[in-house]
Amino acid sequence: MARPRRRLGRESLTAFLFVLPSLIGFITFFAVPAVRGLWISFTNWDLLRPAQFIGLGNYARLLQDGEFWNALTVTIYYVLLNIPLQTVLAMVIAVMMHRLTDSVVIKGLLILPWLMPPVVVGLIWLWILDPNLGILNVALKSLGLPAVAFLGLPQWAMPSIAMINIWQYVGYTALLIFAGLQSIPPSVYEAASIDGASESQMFWKVTVPLLRPVLVFVLVTSVIGSFQIFDTIAITTKGGPVNATKVLNWYIYEQAFSRFNMGYATTISIVLFLILIVVSLIQMRLLRAGESDL
Amino acid sequence: MAPNVTGAYRPKQQFPWGKILAWMAMALLLFVTLFPFWWVLRTALTAPRAVFQNTGSLLPVQTTLINFQRVLGLVDPQTAIAMGGSGQAINFARALINSIIVSGLVVVGQTTFCAMAAYAFARLRFPFRNGLFTLYISALMVPAIVTTIPNFILVRQLGWLNTFAGIVAPTFLMTPFAVFFLRQFFLGVNREVEEAAYIDGASVWLVFWRVVVPITVPALTTLAIVTLINTWNSYLWPLIVGSDESVRVLTVALGIFRSQTPQGAPDWTGLMAGTTLAIIPTFLIFVLLGRRILDSIQFTGFK
Repeated sequence: MARPRRRLGRESLTAFLFVLPSLIGFITFFAVPAVRGLWISFTNWDLLRPAQFIGLGNYARLLQDGEFWNALTVTIYYVLLNIPLQTVLAMVIAVMMHRLTDSVVIKGLLILPWLMPPVVVGLIWLWILDPNLGILNVALKSLGLPAVAFLGLPQWAMPSIAMINIWQYVGYTALLIFAGLQSIPPSVYEAASIDGASESQMFWKVTVPLLRPVLVFVLVTSVIGSFQIFDTIAITTKGGPVNATKVLNWYIYEQAFSRFNMGYATTISIVLFLILIVVSLIQMRLLRAGESDL
Repeated sequence: MAPNVTGAYRPKQQFPWGKILAWMAMALLLFVTLFPFWWVLRTALTAPRAVFQNTGSLLPVQTTLINFQRVLGLVDPQTAIAMGGSGQAINFARALINSIIVSGLVVVGQTTFCAMAAYAFARLRFPFRNGLFTLYISALMVPAIVTTIPNFILVRQLGWLNTFAGIVAPTFLMTPFAVFFLRQFFLGVNREVEEAAYIDGASVWLVFWRVVVPITVPALTTLAIVTLINTWNSYLWPLIVGSDESVRVLTVALGIFRSQTPQGAPDWTGLMAGTTLAIIPTFLIFVLLGRRILDSIQFTGFK
């Protein structure tokens, strides 16, 4: 308002120069690739010969591809193992911290795993879970229990991967919820306790509803993140044993960079994108994201 | 009828069992969180042959620094094999430098260019401003894997495979998140200081660098840390465009070292020494800037 109108022309020019580098980056590495990805998904392309337009061929192939359906099932299984346990644990940790301490040191230590490269986390647990020498199995054996090939057995592999990722992310999730807890005014609890509310009533009738915005954020982002798990799988099981951990992102990677089916790999990635949109919309609807109870 | 739940209002005779239990749970949680880090270091300090002995020992067995020397390429292969290592050439020193180069480039480029763009979106008037910003934001929803394959093909066509340019290209100039994040901060800056500078005849360029940047250093630092950690940790992109040893970053080097394992018996002590090297820089950032990281988590929950 304070600026005179005649500056507008120059201001537009300056603004354009300010935006230009990011715009080049956006067009080159986000916008055009997204559109190009859509085009590639309609082609058969091994990078050696020119891309061949095959219309919806890849999408038709997908419907009949058992490996794709396995990858989808395995991914959903992982999300269902990972998210409920992680969210509940994070909630418990957050409430516990809220009651006990605001210590920066404790909060800091709890997010340490989250700061680590997933590759490093994968390696650490590959070693801890090693069937022969791993400390977890050594501990099991010393308790008289049989050793378990955690990452080597189809029925154990996915729960182990989920456990590894919960270890990495639960502290971070707990901290987000903790921040939400701190933003609830104590007067709400005082009022509730004057009305004679019990501890559990306060939790379900006050804490949970007031935390809804935070919980929606945590759930939507962690579910989207879980659907895209890659690094941990790449380091530990590489999709095995017997495809038990061959999640969508690993299958896409395999199609693109081992089998050089660029078109088909892109098709799966676009289908993953569509799945994520649907999942997010359902979640937002179920959790009534827009409403606040305060 | 305690108005407070902390226990301070309860009769003194009652022993605070609940609190003690909660602290025990907290101690267990911290143990589970931290033990794996100790286990990495313990293994890295264990002699290669001794990894099969005293597998339950909480302390390093036959404590030695040989693993670090091995992974940094300071020991010749014969000696390494004699020590019980794999004797493979594992040049983590090179990978460490490469990681520093890649992260440094991305942090400086992305923070600078996104700050400029974010300032324009927050403050300046120009045609298509809102439409363009909406486009940036909508890109946040696209999963990384969708653009990864076309970007790989582009980088390949540019002849940038196995170059630093290829590794940093997609994130050097912008990420939609960085622009969004900084714009939020710039919107919250008090306009009056800027207006005063404009009335004194300062140019937009000058106001941005001399007024806005200095007062938003905390926000810029936060973004720089987030970018640094994300770049340092990234794996898939550098794996597909830069697996050659000359540009191989730490995460990729670790992945390759892990895959080179001859049947069954990985070189655990070497692997854990390499892992320790990959952890140290993050650890240092954490010790120096832990509070800032915590604040930024509470700000948005970045990623």
